[in-house]
Amino acid sequence: MTVLLHQLKFEQRVFWRSREAAVFIFIFPLLLYALLGSIYGDEIDGVPAADVLLAGLFGYGAANTAFGGLAITLVIRREAGILKRLRSTPLPPWTYLATVLLSTLMVFALQAVALLVLGSLAFDASMPANPLGFAGAIVLGVAAFAGLGVGAASLIRSAEGVSAVVNVIVLPMAFLSGSFGPTREFPVFLQAIADVLPLTYFIDIVYGVYLDGESLFADPKALGVLAAWGIAGLAVALKRFTWMPRER
Amino acid sequence: MSSAIAVRDLRKSYDGVEALRGISFEVTAGEVFGLLGPNGAGKTTAVEILEGYRNRDGGDASVLGYDPGDSPRAMRERIGVVLQHSEITPLLTVREAHLLFAGYYAKPRDVDEVLEVVGLMEKRDARVKTLSGGQKRRLDLGIALVGDPELVFLDEPTTGFDPAARRSAWEMILALRSLGKTILLTTHYLDEAQRLADRVAVIRAGRIIRLGTPAELIGDARSIEIRFLKNGEQVVIETKNPTQALNELTAEALATGYELEQLEVRRPTLEDVYLELVDEYDGDVE
Ligand SMILES: Nc1ncnc2c1ncn2[C@@H]1O[C@H](COP(=O)(O)OP(=O)(O)OP(=O)(O)O)[C@@H](O)[C@H]1O
Ligand SMILES: [Mg+2]
Repeated sequence: MTVLLHQLKFEQRVFWRSREAAVFIFIFPLLLYALLGSIYGDEIDGVPAADVLLAGLFGYGAANTAFGGLAITLVIRREAGILKRLRSTPLPPWTYLATVLLSTLMVFALQAVALLVLGSLAFDASMPANPLGFAGAIVLGVAAFAGLGVGAASLIRSAEGVSAVVNVIVLPMAFLSGSFGPTREFPVFLQAIADVLPLTYFIDIVYGVYLDGESLFADPKALGVLAAWGIAGLAVALKRFTWMPRER
Repeated sequence: MSSAIAVRDLRKSYDGVEALRGISFEVTAGEVFGLLGPNGAGKTTAVEILEGYRNRDGGDASVLGYDPGDSPRAMRERIGVVLQHSEITPLLTVREAHLLFAGYYAKPRDVDEVLEVVGLMEKRDARVKTLSGGQKRRLDLGIALVGDPELVFLDEPTTGFDPAARRSAWEMILALRSLGKTILLTTHYLDEAQRLADRVAVIRAGRIIRLGTPAELIGDARSIEIRFLKNGEQVVIETKNPTQALNELTAEALATGYELEQLEVRRPTLEDVYLELVDEYDGDVE
C-alpha cells in the first residue's frame, strides 16, 4: 500500500511534467469543447447544445486519456526499457499496473471537473443530475478504456508508431460515437459501425447520469457492451503484454 | 563459503539459434566474478536468465538459493541490476529517480550517500534526459545500489565511461567487494576484468572455454616478452626465463657498446591471453 502511494506520487509528477502528455491528454478535450461549444447553436434536439457536447467530450476524454494516453505511455516505456528495469526490483508488477491505472483515473477525474467548470462558466452547461452516478461512470469509463489501452499496448510494436495508431483509432471512434456532435444524419453504415463501438455506449451512460438523472445501472445493455470491450482488451493484455522491449 | 550463484548446464536458444550451449559455474559469496567473451557470446543471455528476465531452456540455476525462473520478490529484494540497455523515466531528476527506486526496497541505502558514491552529487537536480552517456550509466549504477543489494549484476557497467570515471567505478566495485557483496560482472575491458575479478569465465559461442583467476589464465599462457630496438629495427624475444635472457642481452650490449633502445619487459596481460584464446577457438564454432 505504501509502495502504491509512493509510485502514484511519482507517476503523477511525471505526467504533469510531460508537456506533450499534459497538453494532448488534458488540454485538448477542453479546447475541443470550447471550439464546438462556440460553433453549435443553442439546442441540439431540444437539449442545450452545451450539455450534449459536454457529455460527448466526457466520452472523448475517457477514450483519449485511458485508452490513448495509457497505450502510448506503456509502449514508450516498454520500448525504452523502463518497464524492464522495474521488473527486477521488488515492486510487484500488479502494484505498478494498478498505480498507472489510478494515476490515469486521477487525471481523467480532474479533466471531467475542468470540463464541467468550463461548461458552466462559458456555456451555461448543467451540473450532473446524478452526481454519484456520474462519478461512477467516470470510474467505469476509465476502467473499460484502460483495459482496451493495455490490450492495444500489448499489440502495438513500435514506440515511433504508437501515437499515430492510437489517434487513428480514437479520433474516428469519437467522431462516430457522437463525441463532437449528433450522428443522426450519418449514413446508415457509419451508424452501424458506431453501434458496436464502446464509446457510443459510454456516452449513452454518461448522458443518462449527467442529463437525465438516471441511475448508473439504468441501461444494462450499454454497461454490458462497455464491460465486454474492457474485458476483451484485458484478455489480450493477459495473453500478450510483455515488460521487455520488442527488439530484444 | 556458500555460493551466491550456481549454474549447471544452462541452455538457451532463440528461434533455433543456440545462445547458451550448456554452461556451468559457481560464484562464491563475496566474490567478484567476470564473464568475458566476444559480442554475441551469450553473456547478456546468461546474466538476464539469472536476473529473472529470461527463461532458460535447460539446466539448473540458483541465485541466492532461489530459482531465478520464478524471480520471487524475496530474490528481487536482495539483488541489484545494471542492464546492458535500459532507461529510467527521463523526466525525473537524478535524485528523484534514486528516491523512486529506494522506495521499492525494505531497507534502502541513504540516497545522498549513493549519489556521492557514484559521483552524481553535482547532477542530483538535473533531469535524467539531460545526462551524458557516461552520467546515465552512473545513474544506472546508483539505482542498482540504492536497495543495498547483497548480489549485484553488472552487464558492461563502465561502457561509455571516461578513464577517470572508469577508475572511480573500479574503486566503487572494490569497495562493494570489501563490504562482502557478491558481484557478477561482464565487460569488454580486459584490464577491468584483470583489476576487479577474483575469477573470470571466458565464453565463446555459448560455451565456457576457460575459467579461473586472471593469474591462472595468464599463467597457463605464454612466456614473457622482451622488446627493444636494434639499428632501428624492433626485436621481440619471448622467453620463459626472463632473468637469464636479460642478463645475456645486457652483457652483450655492454660488451659491444650499443644501447638497448626502448627496452621493455612485458608480462602478457589478460587481454593478450584472451585474444589468443578467442582466436584459437575461432575455427571450431559450429
Ligand atoms: N531476444 C533475442 N532474440 C533472438 N536472438 C537473441 C536474443 N537475445 C540474444 N540473441 C542472440 O543470442 C546470442 C547471444 O547474445 P547475447 O546478448 O547474450 O550476447 P553478449 O555476449 O551479451 O554480447 P555483447 O557483448 O554484444 O553484449 C547472439 O547471437 C544474439 O544475436
Ligand atoms: Mg551483452
